[in-house]
Amino acid sequence: MELILPIAIVGAVLLLVISSYNGLVNARNRVDEALGQIQVQLKRRYDLIPNLVEAVKGQMGFEKGVLESVTAARAAAVNAGATGNTAAQAKAENMLTSSLRTLFANVEAYPTLKSNENVIQLQEQLTSTENQIGFSRQHYNASVLSYNNSVQTFPGLLFAGALGFAKRDFFDAPDSEEAVPKVSLS
Amino acid sequence: MATFYDLAAANRRKSALLVLLVIGIFAALATAAGVAFTGGIEGALPYSLFAFGLGFFLTLGAWFGGDRAVLAAAGAKPLNPSAGAEELQLDNITAELSIAANIPKPKIYVIDDTALNAFATGRDPKHASIAVTRGLMAKLDREEMSGVIAHELSHVRNFDIRYGLLVAALVGSLALLSDMLLRFAMFGGGGRRRDDDRGGGGGIQIIVFFLTILLAILAPIAARLVQLAVSRQREYLADASGVELTRNPQGLERALTKLGGDREVLEVATKATAHFYIVNPVKHFESRAAGFMATHPPLADRINRLRALRGAQPLLASEGRARE
Repeated sequence: MELILPIAIVGAVLLLVISSYNGLVNARNRVDEALGQIQVQLKRRYDLIPNLVEAVKGQMGFEKGVLESVTAARAAAVNAGATGNTAAQAKAENMLTSSLRTLFANVEAYPTLKSNENVIQLQEQLTSTENQIGFSRQHYNASVLSYNNSVQTFPGLLFAGALGFAKRDFFDAPDSEEAVPKVSLS
Repeated sequence: MATFYDLAAANRRKSALLVLLVIGIFAALATAAGVAFTGGIEGALPYSLFAFGLGFFLTLGAWFGGDRAVLAAAGAKPLNPSAGAEELQLDNITAELSIAANIPKPKIYVIDDTALNAFATGRDPKHASIAVTRGLMAKLDREEMSGVIAHELSHVRNFDIRYGLLVAALVGSLALLSDMLLRFAMFGGGGRRRDDDRGGGGGIQIIVFFLTILLAILAPIAARLVQLAVSRQREYLADASGVELTRNPQGLERALTKLGGDREVLEVATKATAHFYIVNPVKHFESRAAGFMATHPPLADRINRLRALRGAQPLLASEGRARE
């Protein structure tokens, strides 16, 4: 008879541990899935960029610097992605995003490029990929927030570290999205 | 502030209630008719069973085939993303915003019409379709189209589409049933009723008979009013949650302005499907979408609510009238 209470307590603790462990695994899987979604889109962007550079190269010969910085930023992003460090990758991708914006702005100055079917289509695909990355990033960051919360709060806090549930990094938004754009009046 | 989870849950609940209500009204109508025609509750049983079965199969039909029926009625054809720049853009926009809304990408259809309109249908986000007119693809830029698609995806995510399908089935089938009853009362029921008068139970029978006719007249009107009341509120909500997805109230605002300036009637839309569309497609009356019987709120009002989101001044009254 006096065994019932200890058994009930042990059972309750066990249930708590099991359910919060399962919660952590679920949250971590959601984070991985969201990150996978971003990676698919980033890969698509890597594939599209050389095509765009190729399509505009002939016309934009004297603005070589812009094209070179896009190509360099792409290579840096691919390398950063291979390391598996989310924070570093996010930073490299943001560089790529801003160099692409510069390229798009430059294309505007060339009427022949602006009306070229191939360039229009590549720009549309890149714009869409860009937007998809943005929305996936929101989704990923929301998943990371909820995962980190369950790792850092009770009861996950008690055993998350021991079982290898580490805190995850956010995929940060580019600075230019937060900063007010500078307008030059000169 | 209600989240879309609350909205979707409320819509699921209302959809289930609606199905029960439809079957209930059907059974009540038919039982009353049965009593009137046969003079007794025993004789009414086949009538009730028939109406019950009818309601059940209509709901089933709306559930599994309603979206296809609505799309076919609008003459919508599946979109081919590689057909051109506009098609590619529409496909891309839908893919982007589906990610933002965290739902599977719905099937996209095109209505070959120069009028400016769009709608969403389906029973849940996994079985959803959106359709836009060719005119809309030609006249809207990327931002404006994103606003419209986000509005439609909000209908999908909120389960408005499920409710809309069931409402369409309710409105359509109540009209059908009361039509059948009225005809039956006038041509079929009349003779027998006079024979039964000699039996003595005629008094009650006549009352029930008139009740049936009253019900038959009132039911479609009631159903129509339900349809109107719900769909106006839904349009405001879909505008707001669409902006939540795009984070750009101006895109939808400009799109609505363009839609409001369009005077063309979308020929393929009917009264039973009007509530699916982003703006009222049936514009035979110049007072379009402003009155008591309107399925959609006045456009100027929707535009003003979007302007309030970005802190802009509302449209002037004269400007608003011109846009309606």
